[in-house]
Amino acid sequence: MKSVRAALVAIVVAGLCGVVLVSCGGPQDAGSARPVLNRGISSDPESLDPHKIRSVQAGEVLRDIGEGLAGYTPTGELIPAAAESWTMSDDGLTYTFAIRADARWSNGDAVTAEHFAFSLRRLVDPATAAFNAHLIADVVNARAISSGEKPPTELGVQAVNDQMLVIRLAQPTPYFLSLLTHASTFPVHPGLIAVHGDAFSRPGTLLSNGAYKLDSWEPGSVLQLSRNVHYWNNAATAIDAVNHHVITQEMTELSRYRAGELHITGAIPPDSFEQLRQERPEEMHIAPYLGVYYFGFNLSKPPFRDSPRLREALSMAIDRDVLVAKITGRGEAPAYSWVPPGVANYEPRRLAYADESQDERNGHARRLMAEAGYGPENPLQIELRYNTSDTQQRIALAVQAMWREALGVETTLINEEFQVLLANMRAAEVTQVFRSSWIGDYNDAHTFLSILQTGNPSNTPLYASDEFDELMQKASTQLDAKARRLYLEEAERVLLTDHPVIPIYFYVSKHLVSPEVVGWGDNVLDYHYSQHLSLASSDATP
Amino acid sequence: MVSGGILAGIVVVAILGPLISPHDYLQTNFDALLQRPTLSGARLFGTDDLGRDLFVRAMLGVQVTIVVAIVASIVSLVIGVAYGAIAGYVGGRVDAVMMRFVDTLYALPFIFFVILLMVAFERNFLLIFVAIGAINWLDMARIVRGQTLSLREREFVEAARLTGVSTLRIIFRHIAPNLLGVVIVYVTLTIPQAILVESFLSFLGLGIQEPQTSLGGLVDAGVNQMEGASWMLLIPAGLLAIVLLCFNFLGDAMRDVFDARNPR
Amino acid sequence: MLRYALLRLLGAIPTLLLVIVLAFLMVHAAPGGPFDAERALPAEIEANIAAAYHLDEPLYQQFVRYLKGLVQGDLGPSYRYRDHTVSELIATAFPLSLKLGAMAMLLALIVGVAAGSLAALRRNTLSDRVLMMLAMTGISIPVFVIAPVLVLFLAVRLQWLPAGWSGNEGAARFLLPVIALALPQIAYIARLTRASMIDVLASDFVRTARAQGLGTAAIVRYHALKPAMLPVLSYLGPAIAAILTGSVVVEEIFGIPGLGQFFVRGALNRDYTLVLGIVIFYATLVVLLNLVVDILYGAIDPRIRRR
Repeated sequence: MKSVRAALVAIVVAGLCGVVLVSCGGPQDAGSARPVLNRGISSDPESLDPHKIRSVQAGEVLRDIGEGLAGYTPTGELIPAAAESWTMSDDGLTYTFAIRADARWSNGDAVTAEHFAFSLRRLVDPATAAFNAHLIADVVNARAISSGEKPPTELGVQAVNDQMLVIRLAQPTPYFLSLLTHASTFPVHPGLIAVHGDAFSRPGTLLSNGAYKLDSWEPGSVLQLSRNVHYWNNAATAIDAVNHHVITQEMTELSRYRAGELHITGAIPPDSFEQLRQERPEEMHIAPYLGVYYFGFNLSKPPFRDSPRLREALSMAIDRDVLVAKITGRGEAPAYSWVPPGVANYEPRRLAYADESQDERNGHARRLMAEAGYGPENPLQIELRYNTSDTQQRIALAVQAMWREALGVETTLINEEFQVLLANMRAAEVTQVFRSSWIGDYNDAHTFLSILQTGNPSNTPLYASDEFDELMQKASTQLDAKARRLYLEEAERVLLTDHPVIPIYFYVSKHLVSPEVVGWGDNVLDYHYSQHLSLASSDATP
Repeated sequence: MVSGGILAGIVVVAILGPLISPHDYLQTNFDALLQRPTLSGARLFGTDDLGRDLFVRAMLGVQVTIVVAIVASIVSLVIGVAYGAIAGYVGGRVDAVMMRFVDTLYALPFIFFVILLMVAFERNFLLIFVAIGAINWLDMARIVRGQTLSLREREFVEAARLTGVSTLRIIFRHIAPNLLGVVIVYVTLTIPQAILVESFLSFLGLGIQEPQTSLGGLVDAGVNQMEGASWMLLIPAGLLAIVLLCFNFLGDAMRDVFDARNPR
Repeated sequence: MLRYALLRLLGAIPTLLLVIVLAFLMVHAAPGGPFDAERALPAEIEANIAAAYHLDEPLYQQFVRYLKGLVQGDLGPSYRYRDHTVSELIATAFPLSLKLGAMAMLLALIVGVAAGSLAALRRNTLSDRVLMMLAMTGISIPVFVIAPVLVLFLAVRLQWLPAGWSGNEGAARFLLPVIALALPQIAYIARLTRASMIDVLASDFVRTARAQGLGTAAIVRYHALKPAMLPVLSYLGPAIAAILTGSVVVEEIFGIPGLGQFFVRGALNRDYTLVLGIVIFYATLVVLLNLVVDILYGAIDPRIRRR
């Protein structure tokens, strides 16, 4: 009985194998000689609908196939893109854009001012459920529309004619133009949406207005783009086709780069950093990036509620120089402020102890611990939560050791999968110390400071300071750039004396770029448009 | 039997080593990252990327790995043998229902459920045992049942039945000893499997919580250092291989012993 | 016959329902939702998103909604891959996983059975020892070590084979993943074959055959191979499961967009529909395969039909 059954299983399995093997020898693509750029990204875009995206990776692909009103040069200077010029009213509340007459969709249709107006209305429409709707929250009525109090037609955008777009703001927003480089403000084709609805962004249907168009998308594998011949600046686009390869594992990406299968990597694995620095120093591109890595305290529960001394002591005892040199080791800058260096029109404040040596800090920290009632007989016991990842783990282990050696603190590490950590951070019930980070949305100190305002959804430490909130409020209504900057800097000073967070290091962007790639530039936003690049020798493409 | 000796030796060293060594498993040393193995300073196996002593950590890894594997195997052994023997011997409708249930569980992609389990709950030892044991008992049940089924038809069982021996006595006196061989061989396949599942979970970052570690966790960390610090891969991978080899040889040896006593 | 098949098909429905309920509860029990990210959203936007994806409804309503879709063959839209439906993702991922798994299985069976039989025939000789040593080494090294080492040497250093998946064409890109996936199974199958072959060779009927003067080759071919294959055949189920597990790692390391990779990503991203879709798809597949085997079996053995 058993044997017949087993034999039948075998026959079925063997049959399947046969079918599969026969179907295996599919047609093969004869390699083409056109210049093709191969880039690595760490995950698939969630969508290519600008209004449904939220990840860095989606932005990266959309910047190749779409175009906003403004853009950036490879080195990060703001330049006109789909708009050829703009003017701002004296009160800083009205922007008027001149859309290029030769701006085209990938099917040849003209891109008009109305397309932009339609797209911005769709962005804030509650029915769209856009993640980045709050990007343009300062546009007249945007908030009321998002919360369903007003219809999308009330948004302060207006297409005067095909080429003239007017956007009105509720309050002056000095960084408004840089928001218009964000992929979520890119236009969508209204006619296409009328026909296909939300399915318009699927491969095969999607129309885009950038230098490239989407040819195919194999989820988990590759997005293939090719030249959009209707693009207004097509003549200046050197590379014919771009492949964004989805590669989750950094080691795999590195292997493929070294095997010549990629021109540009999205990351560099920490463990190979030293070796690469010796082998391929010219190909490594490390640049400051608008991001801060920090540990947050849960300020709503003991032991960290009402205990700034304790928080300061823990902050002091972390030897950031050792951390960035020995543990992260990829050129990160130790963080003694909250706002990263390099932010436009801003000078970050520094932690009070920033100029002390680590030994002085440790001595100082021990005194603070003793004052807070902790010592060798009564060691502080805390839990440090971090999300599952090699880098997070190494940092947590190092900090655990530093706290133990300098202060005798007994730290329990809790490694949680990312979504679990996020849920715990939100709930603020079980968390004590947790790792987190913040990546700036735009090049302004406001994007970093505003998240710690009372009521901000990203304020996971639950920091609540009247003084800080008041300064932030003053800054946001301030027209004068200099005065605004002073308010923001003062707010950061207040923040740094309260220690709701421990800033640990500032991020850097890390790429391996093949010597064949010409025109690469480093910038704080880590935007690298394929249309600005070219390949030195097209015959060397893999 | 040599393998049993080696295994015992490894276990003894794994227990005593950390006690003798001047280092402990979580002591970091940021001035001694990725040190090659040397005899000086008792850095027998060198240090890892946090300057922790790899000898002590590897020995801790051996302890944890062996405990996880044995407990997980016992879990699957107890459930699997009981379930399989009953289904196989009783047979008929009971067997059909019990095996249908196993088929149902087979249809659940267990590894997916383990991933979901590990994703949803906080990591702990117990969960790992349960998860790994839960994967393996199905196989055990099927194999034991199949074996029992064929044993049931054998002459000596037939003879016992005809002479009026009770069912329970038949299962324990006549069936179980004859199962021992296949069960032991299968357990030797299960222990390495449990070790590998544990290392698979470590690869996905769902394994033992650091600074505790297992051989799988050490191997996973070592893979990333493959080129720069090969000892971080070679030493734990070598230990893992030796432990697995020993379990396998041990199983073979046991099997030969049972075969000799029970010539067919 | 037809009636039997229909009955069995009906009998499979409760099994599948159980799988669906269990999987549904588990994915929803995991903390966090599909749209949580480090960057928290303003409350009104969070509410808009929850409403758009019906996540604001009570769980049982979501379940009923899901079942309704399922009955119509609709596995719903993926939450993470918003431009794709779950059915589309499975349709592109499954053939890849199947090819990969089937090739690895075939390789493992051929090499494993050959090596195991050889070792059994030369029991206790040098070649037996060497083969078994190799087999055990194969068992003793996790796939996630084998794969990167193979890549390092064959793809990066020697550049004989492609290192990755996308952008490479043809059979070559299958080679490394298939080998990495098959190696541990080769080892298992070789061990099993050897053990059962030794058993069979020592059994009465083989001894009888030998006494009748049959040569070793003939004994193996006509008498020993079939019964010796039985444990190997009953190992096929576990082997398929092991290859499924291994394929998660191999797909991750080589960047192959197969079911395993989508499942892990789906689980990590709380892509409820994708995770459920893959679980249901896989469960249905196993149930159907069992059904096919049983029906074939019933066709051969008339006693079954009478039951």
